[in-house]
Amino acid sequence: MNDGLRLAVRQVRYENKAFWRNPASAFFTFFFPLLFLFVLTTLLKNDTSTLPTGQEVNNATYFTASILPFGVITACYTNLAMSVTFLRDQGVLKRVRGTPLPPWSYLLGRIIHAVAIMLVLVVIMLTFSHLAYDVPVPGRSAPAFLITLAVGAFAFCAMGLAATAAIPNADAAPAVVNATVMPLLFLSGVFVPIDDGPAWIRTVAGIFPVRPLLKSVTESLIPPTGNPTGWYFGGLAVVALWGVGAVLVASRWFRWESRR
Amino acid sequence: MAPAIEVRELRKSYRGQEAVSGVDLTVEPGEVFALLGPNGAGKTTTVEILEGHRDRTSGDVSVLGHDPAEGGPDLRRRIGIVLQETGVERFLTVAEVLEEFAGYYPRPLAVDHVLDLVGLEEKRNSRVGRLSGGQQRRLDVGIGLIGNPELLFLDEPTTGFDPSARRGAWEMVKGLTDLGTTVFLTTHYMEEAQQLADRVAIIVGGRIVAEGTPATLGGRQLRDTSVSFAHIVLPDHLANRFTADGDRWVTSSSDPTELLHELTAWAIGAGVTLDGLEVTRPDLEDVYLELTSEGS
Repeated sequence: MNDGLRLAVRQVRYENKAFWRNPASAFFTFFFPLLFLFVLTTLLKNDTSTLPTGQEVNNATYFTASILPFGVITACYTNLAMSVTFLRDQGVLKRVRGTPLPPWSYLLGRIIHAVAIMLVLVVIMLTFSHLAYDVPVPGRSAPAFLITLAVGAFAFCAMGLAATAAIPNADAAPAVVNATVMPLLFLSGVFVPIDDGPAWIRTVAGIFPVRPLLKSVTESLIPPTGNPTGWYFGGLAVVALWGVGAVLVASRWFRWESRR
Repeated sequence: MAPAIEVRELRKSYRGQEAVSGVDLTVEPGEVFALLGPNGAGKTTTVEILEGHRDRTSGDVSVLGHDPAEGGPDLRRRIGIVLQETGVERFLTVAEVLEEFAGYYPRPLAVDHVLDLVGLEEKRNSRVGRLSGGQQRRLDVGIGLIGNPELLFLDEPTTGFDPSARRGAWEMVKGLTDLGTTVFLTTHYMEEAQQLADRVAIIVGGRIVAEGTPATLGGRQLRDTSVSFAHIVLPDHLANRFTADGDRWVTSSSDPTELLHELTAWAIGAGVTLDGLEVTRPDLEDVYLELTSEGS
């Protein structure tokens, strides 16, 4: 067990080297969310939008709160689903299975790396928004903010691994990943505020995990006056449930080899 | 000493189709054992069961005293696996990949030593994705060796190689046997088995159809030797012993010494040259083709 943990942590170093040397993964996972944050806040900074909590805020604040979950999703879900499918097709997973490295430590190493990338992304985003637009950093609501990130990371890493079971091969990975993510990002108000739009969109989006994560992040980043600690347990529960479901799917259907 | 690998009555079915139908094998420690057969004969299924990558339908399998289906890390610390398809993080360098894998084993070989064994010293800082096919295959073997395994599985190590790369790979594998490593090799190249293996088993249609050393396989040492040469007018006592086949005289004999003596004595005495004289035993290729066509 301890040996498996030690190997998982050691594995992170190699994942990290490989990650930064792969221009596609570094760009889409890391720079893409930063690019969105920068472009959206710069273009739309003079307007205001309504947060899910009902507060009217400037767009720099709105998009900081909405692009943060997008960062969690690319670092965890998109990154893992794409890279693990690719490595499965390449035979890397099968090769690892033939070594004494316990399979769970290999996957744990990848998950730790994904979460580390997510944390770095969050820190850069918050620093940028704070310095450029005076967006507040969480104070009293910091515990809620961090737990929200942790629940989001758990759920979206699990969904990333579960998604590989449904992705037939690496060629199909970008299509499947984008088809599952993009509609939800729009429906959930990540790129376009939806809180002034029709109610049914919010109802539908609330079933899926992106909107509840966005609401939990917003609540803990910019807590409304009635909830200074920023907890939004309803949202966290939906996200966590999706995570548990994904763990069940992954443990049943995760494949170490490509289908022939 | 207990055998390195022991297989009894091994069977494997995929959706009712039997890919391996009752295979028995014994591989002794320190030997190079080749499982030779055409594509689809059940070689890879067999070797992947031994490696623990695949479950079997029935039969007994022991690899270094473990059942590979349950061996787990204890067994995997002692074996090295070179799969048919390569699969390495393309963005790491050769040395980084070897270091990464070395960390999984309790007593790995030094990275430099392995680079030397597989002839990749000059590529140590190249990214894996930039290696040629042959170099990637060498890296595969290097990864198989890095844990200093007692037993190395090589699944079709030279498929797709050009002849000179193949010779290079053979030299490399011969070097391994000096380390005392037991090698279990699958191949569909008869010549590869002949070059590398101490013992060869031929598998066709999921069954072992012959087993032996390259010299004795399929009763090759017992086969008749054939003698032939270009047609000339022979005296009766020799003409009786040959048959005309096109423009050549041919015959076969279990002991050609006396016949050759008579033939060459006559030729020298008569001042005749025997154009195109050939004395051949069936080579392993003939035996292989005969066995694989019988079996299928």
